[in-house]
Amino acid sequence: MTSPESGFFGRLNWDALPIVGLIQDPNANEIVANTAAGIVIVGVVAVVSLLTWFRLWGPLWRDWLTSADHKKIGIMYIVFAIVMLARGVLEGVVMRAQQAAGPGDGFLEAEHFAELFSTHGTIMIFFVAVPFVFGIANFVVPLMIGARDVAFPVLNQISLGLTVSAGMMLMVSLVVGEFSTGGWTAYPPYTGAAFNPGVGPDYWIWAIVVSGVGTTLTGLNFAVTIYKLRAPGMKFMRLPMYCWTIICSSILLIFAMPPLGVAALLLAADRYLDFHFFTNDLGGNMMNYANLFWLFGHPEVYLLVLPAYGIYSEIFATFSAKRLYGYNSLVIATMSIAIMSFTVWLHHFFTMGQSALINAVFGIATMLIAIPTGVKVYDWMATLWRGRIRFTVPMLYGLGFLMLFVIGGLSGVILANPTVDYQVHNTLFLVAHFHNVLLPGVLFGLLAAYNYWFPKAFGFRLNEFWGRVTVALWTIGFMLTFLPLYFVGLMGMPRRSFSWEDPSFHPYMIVAVIGALVILAALLSVLAQLWVSIRDRGKTMAPVGDPWDGRTLEWSIPSPPPPYNFAIIPQVTDRDDFAAAKEQGRAYPKPEAYEDIEMPRNTGIGFILCVLSGVWMFALVWWIWWLAILVTALIVLAIIVWSFDTSTELVIPAEEVRKEHEAWLDLVHASTAINRDHETASENRGLARPDLEAVT
Amino acid sequence: MDNRTEMHRRERRRYVIGYGGSLLLTLLMFGVTYQYGIETVGVYLTIGLLGLAQLIVQLVYFLHIDRRRSSREDLDLILFSTLVLLIIILGTIWILGNLSIRMHMHMM
Amino acid sequence: MKRAPTHSYPGINLGHRHASADKAAEVVTFGFWVFLMSDLVYFGLMFAIYITMIDAQAGGPGPHDLFDLKSVFAQTLILLTSSLTVGLAMLALKYNQPRARIVLWFGVTLLLGLSFLALEIRDFMAMAEKGGIPQRSGFLSAFFGLVPLHGLHVAAGCLWLIVMGIQLRVMGMTDLVISRVVRLALFWHFLDLIWIGIITIVYFGGLTYG
Repeated sequence: MTSPESGFFGRLNWDALPIVGLIQDPNANEIVANTAAGIVIVGVVAVVSLLTWFRLWGPLWRDWLTSADHKKIGIMYIVFAIVMLARGVLEGVVMRAQQAAGPGDGFLEAEHFAELFSTHGTIMIFFVAVPFVFGIANFVVPLMIGARDVAFPVLNQISLGLTVSAGMMLMVSLVVGEFSTGGWTAYPPYTGAAFNPGVGPDYWIWAIVVSGVGTTLTGLNFAVTIYKLRAPGMKFMRLPMYCWTIICSSILLIFAMPPLGVAALLLAADRYLDFHFFTNDLGGNMMNYANLFWLFGHPEVYLLVLPAYGIYSEIFATFSAKRLYGYNSLVIATMSIAIMSFTVWLHHFFTMGQSALINAVFGIATMLIAIPTGVKVYDWMATLWRGRIRFTVPMLYGLGFLMLFVIGGLSGVILANPTVDYQVHNTLFLVAHFHNVLLPGVLFGLLAAYNYWFPKAFGFRLNEFWGRVTVALWTIGFMLTFLPLYFVGLMGMPRRSFSWEDPSFHPYMIVAVIGALVILAALLSVLAQLWVSIRDRGKTMAPVGDPWDGRTLEWSIPSPPPPYNFAIIPQVTDRDDFAAAKEQGRAYPKPEAYEDIEMPRNTGIGFILCVLSGVWMFALVWWIWWLAILVTALIVLAIIVWSFDTSTELVIPAEEVRKEHEAWLDLVHASTAINRDHETASENRGLARPDLEAVT
Repeated sequence: MDNRTEMHRRERRRYVIGYGGSLLLTLLMFGVTYQYGIETVGVYLTIGLLGLAQLIVQLVYFLHIDRRRSSREDLDLILFSTLVLLIIILGTIWILGNLSIRMHMHMM
Repeated sequence: MKRAPTHSYPGINLGHRHASADKAAEVVTFGFWVFLMSDLVYFGLMFAIYITMIDAQAGGPGPHDLFDLKSVFAQTLILLTSSLTVGLAMLALKYNQPRARIVLWFGVTLLLGLSFLALEIRDFMAMAEKGGIPQRSGFLSAFFGLVPLHGLHVAAGCLWLIVMGIQLRVMGMTDLVISRVVRLALFWHFLDLIWIGIITIVYFGGLTYG
């Protein structure tokens, strides 16, 4: 619906700033909106000032923004995800507070509440879960398979740039204009031009399209990396379980992101060009959208949870000092889940009106997925059985996961029954269910991974006390917030209600808001743990690189790893190769010869595309056509110019590699090996003495 | 040198065969339509099969996909993609076709 | 690792003359295949949407009013021939033929690609004259969501051809350039495969069931 009246800046004018609303009509709703916008602005100003004050612009550009090193890109993904997590959690707390205010009461307007649940969902899925999952994968996967980088390092950088610029659009929408009120699924016709002519759905569309492109390319990159760059001898059945889950997750990205892109782009065609894909009139069919969206949406939840399964598999094996039980069955279960996740999308719209036969087929397919998942749970428990178990922070997350995730999984099996689904569809029961799988499933897994691999990334361990506090707060906060929602859901409270009337909901709502505050405390304690750990890092240094008596290749190199990861590409002869090497006394070999190593040179293309795509989205949202066309041309030009650059490799001379590697080997031989009793003590420098009583 | 010329000729011949095959199938496709009209399911089925045949010809002769051991992994990739595509497309047609019948759409 | 001598990775191979670049090309080509498969899902979904919307003509013009099979036939022949010429360009590059011959095949392919696009645009304009614009009905939206998407891919392929022509001149016949031309040829063949789907499902399917 292009409007002829749009001027030089399209439909952008001063009314787009929230402060204007506050001046015209000061109330609680406007204060909340302006506080949010204020936090964004203050945050940006603070970061810019700090960088300038400490003269960090140069190092930031040289060492981070232009780096094609998978480890740094992974860390940047995780930082981005944690920033977005903070916003998502705050929004959750505000929503819980609104619903706890009492029947018919509250401080937010309906539109504002709708904006909150839309951004909360969009952020948590696309800008927390996905970047966090692939941030961890970025850091870990090449180290685990014995590679020096991912298959396409520059593409990796571009993926990061696109994801971040799309996430920034959500931040911009707080300050300029407003975000969609159509939920994270953005169902038309509500989000179509007829009912929603504003900028909200457009922010959603372009953020989804751009981050979708970035994510698809990430999937491609990791599928090819694991397929092609494994160290010699690492056959598929020697691949660490985590890498198996990442390859399945990548395959899901490759095939499941296109439906989302199609759904969003067709919605854009409806809104911008007056097409009739999902409109009410002239043959449009909104049911096509629901179908497309969930063709993506269902594989999406598995591509988030499978890597978490992989993380737990590594953690249970390491902290039980045992080989993972039932490796083959876990591989088969992972593959089955990946393929079956393409056959169940209809269970998200059982109530749309298709025949009972179709509902039954998809309902049964959904229930079947519980089988491979159940296999996994038993395999993990069998891994723990008679292991040398240490209750470290990652292990505590893992145990919390085992207990709580089963509840979430079982409520999923209940929902898979179409007749039951008709009763609880669109109630808080569903909200309780998916938070129950996403928090203990995905988020606990990611936080466990963060604690587990942090010493590999930075050379020192995270504070154990604050880690335990964090685990306790997340677990209690989760249970208080979401378990009550099962009950109010069954009592009939619809999801996404900004106001309600039935007084019997009130006690549950009060418990839920207390839980939300505990989750907020959990988020703060994540930051406190990081702060304390950095302050006391002298006591937790583990430069040798193997603080947990690890089993896979990433523990066989220094912490933090050198830019080229492996001085010599390892020869793999076993599953859990490093554990086997330590047992057979062939760990830390002295190489006979070193070679020159070619590494990707720094490049600015990722950053350039990040900025350009950001401007492109903004121009499209606000109908600034000349700018959109200009930036499109610039993006094509930037890619073409970049393709002429042939000096993309940097050679690290063999002599330098030898010097660094031998210095580290000297450190290894000078360090005292510690056994598992002293794992969290300060004498743990990262050299492990395997416990004799725990034999594989 | 002779060996290379020989290989060049062989690869070029492969392309020409693929081109000829595809051309023939295209002509058949349009010829069938021209001859029998496009109203019946039988004609459409024939056209569909000819299209499928041309896909296979091009995959083999232009894209060099075959059952030789060395190009197995992209055959796997293509077969897997086909599986996912079939699930997605047939599922979509099944669901939306059923919905369109039950909701009496497009019956004006 | 032992590999067959001529085919070390899927699709069209550089051959063992480029053994040094072979490993890198193997990874990149495989990655490109994966990209094509992801792109294929986009097309697959657009086909599915077209099929579900074939009835949604909302009283507007339908396939029998709008489709011009003669023009489609011409476009098919042009695209098929360009698929042959892009392959010959790649073979000429691979077997060190004189540069003039490579440039010739590049030029012919580009010319064919552009004339395909010209014919397609002419068709769209003719459709618009009969009221067949995407804003008219769900069916026409689906048509214009799919066929121009293929056209856009062909246009991108033409741009890529031009860039490769320049790189051939500036950078010479390096392994990098050859490996890119191999991928371009793959892309072009892929577009021809999609076109077969379009004539079978969009045009003939539309005429049969629309």
